[in-house]
Amino acid sequence: MALQSTGRSTWKRPPMLFTNTLWRRLIYTGALIYLVLAVQSVEVDWQRVYLGLERGWRFVQGFLVPDFTTRWRDIHAGLIESLTITVTSTVAGILISVPIGIGAARNLAPAPVYLACRGIITLSRSFQEIIIAILLVAMFGFGPFAGFLTLAFATIGFLSKLLAEEIESCDRSQIEAIRATGATWWQVVNYAVQPQVMPRLVGLSLYRLDINFRESAVNGIVGAGGIGATLNTAIDRYEYDSAGAILILIIAIVLVVEYSSSYIRRWVQ
Amino acid sequence: MLKLQNLTKTYKTGDKALQGINFEVPAGQVVGLIGPSGAGKSTLIRCINRLVEPSSGSIWLGDTDLTRLNGRALRQARRRIGMIFQEYALVERLTVMENVLSGRLGYVPTWRSFLRRYSPEDISQAFALLEKVGLGEHFNKRADALSGGQRQRVGIARALEQNPELLLVDEPTASLDPKTSRQIMRLIQGACQERSLPAIINIHDVMLAQQFSDRIIGLKAGEIVFDGAPDELTNEVLTRIYGDEDWTQLRGEGEDHGEDGGDGAKVDLAEGV
Repeated sequence: MALQSTGRSTWKRPPMLFTNTLWRRLIYTGALIYLVLAVQSVEVDWQRVYLGLERGWRFVQGFLVPDFTTRWRDIHAGLIESLTITVTSTVAGILISVPIGIGAARNLAPAPVYLACRGIITLSRSFQEIIIAILLVAMFGFGPFAGFLTLAFATIGFLSKLLAEEIESCDRSQIEAIRATGATWWQVVNYAVQPQVMPRLVGLSLYRLDINFRESAVNGIVGAGGIGATLNTAIDRYEYDSAGAILILIIAIVLVVEYSSSYIRRWVQ
Repeated sequence: MLKLQNLTKTYKTGDKALQGINFEVPAGQVVGLIGPSGAGKSTLIRCINRLVEPSSGSIWLGDTDLTRLNGRALRQARRRIGMIFQEYALVERLTVMENVLSGRLGYVPTWRSFLRRYSPEDISQAFALLEKVGLGEHFNKRADALSGGQRQRVGIARALEQNPELLLVDEPTASLDPKTSRQIMRLIQGACQERSLPAIINIHDVMLAQQFSDRIIGLKAGEIVFDGAPDELTNEVLTRIYGDEDWTQLRGEGEDHGEDGGDGAKVDLAEGV
């Protein structure tokens, strides 16, 4: 069977966005002009940059010669406080997120529950941690309790949302099969959903533990306790060598969490 | 045993998946449901255990109208109906034993199933079923460690663990090789004969349907266009169900065997393929 030529030998992929040629050109040109104008409107004070470079260099030098000893008691106390905030807020966050995440999964929850749970998630996700921390420090005073509440609250938004999405993308046939045996809703969750989402839930929880530790260092700057408070004091006093020591410890702890979490994740698959 | 009266299903999109379906299945009868893709085969069997909500009509299982049930009563009706799925639908990360025992979920309180504390009768029945489907040693393996044929055997054991009064089977052999397909069909057929279980088997493969069912129902565009014995499935009937095609060529082999049945060796060979 010989093929007969149709007389066509060129082909171009049709544009997926803005199919009208004139509009497409106008939109792209407009976007380019806006970008150029926007870049030009950024004011850079080069003299200030030069001054800052010198300070930055002092910081780097402090980092290269870290001083763990002078402020060790403060650093030690700060780290312990940070780790406590991290662990407690992650555990509390997970405990609250799991029911909310299940409630926010369209394939498991009835419409009113779904809307309520999505509302909680949106509320938690719409504020950055620092803003919540400032609010909670004002409400509960300086210290680790405000930090704990902030991170637990932020964990809910993160974990529930991702858990809900994981549940929604579950294999439907496995859920159907369990439902077909006459199982109750709880049994469907326990037998068909939980085995499918568990590895991801463990992975996300460990990832959130890691995030919460880093956030606890930042939240300290606005008064929510932890190593961040110590770091802030060290920088305010121009003790860059102590600040360097603190940064190195933060990096080390994040690394340890990272390696151990990837190990645990492989183990639960 | 099972009686469908005027069953219709119209999807929200306006698609009429089923229109005026009427038939009755007596105990022990294996019904092969055939028809082109999109004819409503899958919808039909899912309406029976209400995984899909029928739009109108009634479905009688014994003295119960399945279409009128809700909540607890629906769950209690579902546990009387075993279902075997296309692509097995086992819970992949659970063990083979948990998958088989999940057939008892409708009978067991939630806390017991949560702790996996099943009664000795349930457990010994599960072991017996696994032995019967030839997986006696594999009970502690994870379901995703099994081959396709083995998984479908677990699927059969799970459905039988329910001690069902009716078996719904959705494309049981869709992703299996011809030999395994025949073994699976033979298992299902055997289980039905043994327990005089009625079954509705939704199947693509016309030859398999003819070989393993007592009765064939042909569905086209949501309506029954054929209902009769497997050997009444002539070329004319196949054309009515699926549309024009050279059916003699497809069935040539099967008909040959029917005629020169004396040639035993040849038949056996075809069986093994």
